[in-house]
Amino acid sequence: MRIQRILAIVKKEAKKTVRDPAVLFMVFLFPVAFMLAFGAFFGGGGGEQPVYEVGVVNMDKGDAAQTLLTMLSKTGLLSPRVYDDNNTAQADLSQGKVKAVIIIPSDFSLSLASYRAAPGEPGRWSNTTIALYLDKGSLIAIQAVPPMLQQALAAVAGLESQAPLSPLRVEVASLVEVKTLSVFEFMAPGMFTFASIYILMMVAQAFIQDRENGMMKRIRTTSITSFEFMMGQVFSYMLIALVQAALVFATVYLLGFRPNVDLGTHLFAFTILLVFSLSNVGFGLIAATLAKSPGAATGFSFLFLLPQLFLGTFVGMSLSQTAQIACRFVPSYYVTDSLVSLFLRGASILSPAILLDLAVASMFSVAVLIAGIFLYAKYFRI
Amino acid sequence: MVEPGILIERLVKKYEDVTAVDGLSLRVARGELFGLLGPNGAGKTTTINILCGLVKPTSGIVSVYGFDVQAELCKVKQFIGVCTQETAVYDYLTGLENVELFGSLYAMRGDVLKARRKALLEKMGLTKDAERRVGKYSGGMKRRLSLILALVHDPQVVFLDEPTVGMDPQSRRAVWDFIRGLKAEGKTVILTTHYMEEAEELCDRVGIIDHGKLITLGAPGELISDSGVGSLEELFIKLTGRRIREEA
Repeated sequence: MRIQRILAIVKKEAKKTVRDPAVLFMVFLFPVAFMLAFGAFFGGGGGEQPVYEVGVVNMDKGDAAQTLLTMLSKTGLLSPRVYDDNNTAQADLSQGKVKAVIIIPSDFSLSLASYRAAPGEPGRWSNTTIALYLDKGSLIAIQAVPPMLQQALAAVAGLESQAPLSPLRVEVASLVEVKTLSVFEFMAPGMFTFASIYILMMVAQAFIQDRENGMMKRIRTTSITSFEFMMGQVFSYMLIALVQAALVFATVYLLGFRPNVDLGTHLFAFTILLVFSLSNVGFGLIAATLAKSPGAATGFSFLFLLPQLFLGTFVGMSLSQTAQIACRFVPSYYVTDSLVSLFLRGASILSPAILLDLAVASMFSVAVLIAGIFLYAKYFRI
Repeated sequence: MVEPGILIERLVKKYEDVTAVDGLSLRVARGELFGLLGPNGAGKTTTINILCGLVKPTSGIVSVYGFDVQAELCKVKQFIGVCTQETAVYDYLTGLENVELFGSLYAMRGDVLKARRKALLEKMGLTKDAERRVGKYSGGMKRRLSLILALVHDPQVVFLDEPTVGMDPQSRRAVWDFIRGLKAEGKTVILTTHYMEEAEELCDRVGIIDHGKLITLGAPGELISDSGVGSLEELFIKLTGRRIREEA
């Protein structure tokens, strides 16, 4: 294997990306422009009513806590999952397994009893605080869980509505600073994935163009091996994905997306996007295998692009739970999920959910890349 | 005994029910300028593609400088330079960058590549335009650049598939001089063309193929005189009953 040959291919592709207006637009400008427009106009809201799991750490042994759990279930939107300890609940929250964690204090029943004994005498109440931790990566968690919890508490206390005055106080105690995120900020992690998907169209068109104008044939007459050629191509597109991710990050940063995470987390996010670029090369090669012309390549690219777009980027964040099952079959879902966990939920790069996302995305990407190379080589030789 | 530059024995290539090359046997000496002539679809390009390892033959043996093309393609590739029928150059690169790219694909040393590209660009009259993007070149300039790409690594065997197609007479003459220069350097050149005057002008020997079969072989002058015709074009008509190029 000669590095010189691989670098020559990388250099050529880099020049093409910068100099070909169509490629420049498709890979860099279009995703950014689309992202800006979509970010500005797109809102949440799926079709059917989803149910969100919330973790509950019940430190109270009284009946009132059980009643609260029942009331939470009765909201129809929340499904309580009881944890024995706060640490496990917090770990699941940071990995996106639950949308919120509610801590029922040990004096919850006692406090409620003091209120029932003297509802009109606040001085005799035993006040207590229900701590609420929210998933910052979930719009529903921030907007819907606090009022629903208040509603459930009011029901437990026997009040008509959220009590303006009661011994039960809800304190939002999120993992990171409590701040209502804009829709754009919620979508930002998925936008990285969204931008990266367009590389598959570039790959498909590049291979078809080189095939049509005889360049592929010509290159095959030189000393470069198939392995060196594919390595050069893959490295090129990884490099393009890296530059693209940096550009998209700069754009969303300028637009106000400032995740409160360290440099390592940023680097990890870029690594996941690099891994994802392998699947885009693979899908691009499959599209190039199926298509006979650059125009057809665009059409076939959409076959792979659209499912990933709708099921695995910011678009998929507001899909119904049924639709979200389908999301598990596209690699972009795992990339977006890990980015949401990292940037919005504040999950550690070593948390099981992140590592699982990386593992699945890697396996998916390598499998698609191998399939793409195999199919293309079978029908057209590289 | 010195191995021939190119050896083709009983070569057959079939595409489903079409036989593109039908039992072709040829021997081209090292340093020879050999013309492979025939109309479109005669099997010229398929033969060249097989010699370059681009297409697998159905049966038969092909070797370049003693190396079997099927079994030792990596070695064969070091000896050969191919100027394909398509003007295959990267439009978004400059002429210089195209040459550098192909030099790198042959893993040429930097100083050698630099000297070689300078010489070739000068010879083909592209020095002045070397820094321009190829997309802005004329058709003739692209063909000349395409020739440079085939020769950048100084190959011993050069396959020129219709190298002057679409060129104006002046450019064609310049390319002819260049091809003569290759022969003078001792390179083995296989030229496919359907310009009969080109073959007469340049080739030591020609082989005329039709329907994948070799129908005659020899030095152009001898073939013409032995057949009692005035040109290779007339010889072709005499042998096949039709013109080598259908008029548009």
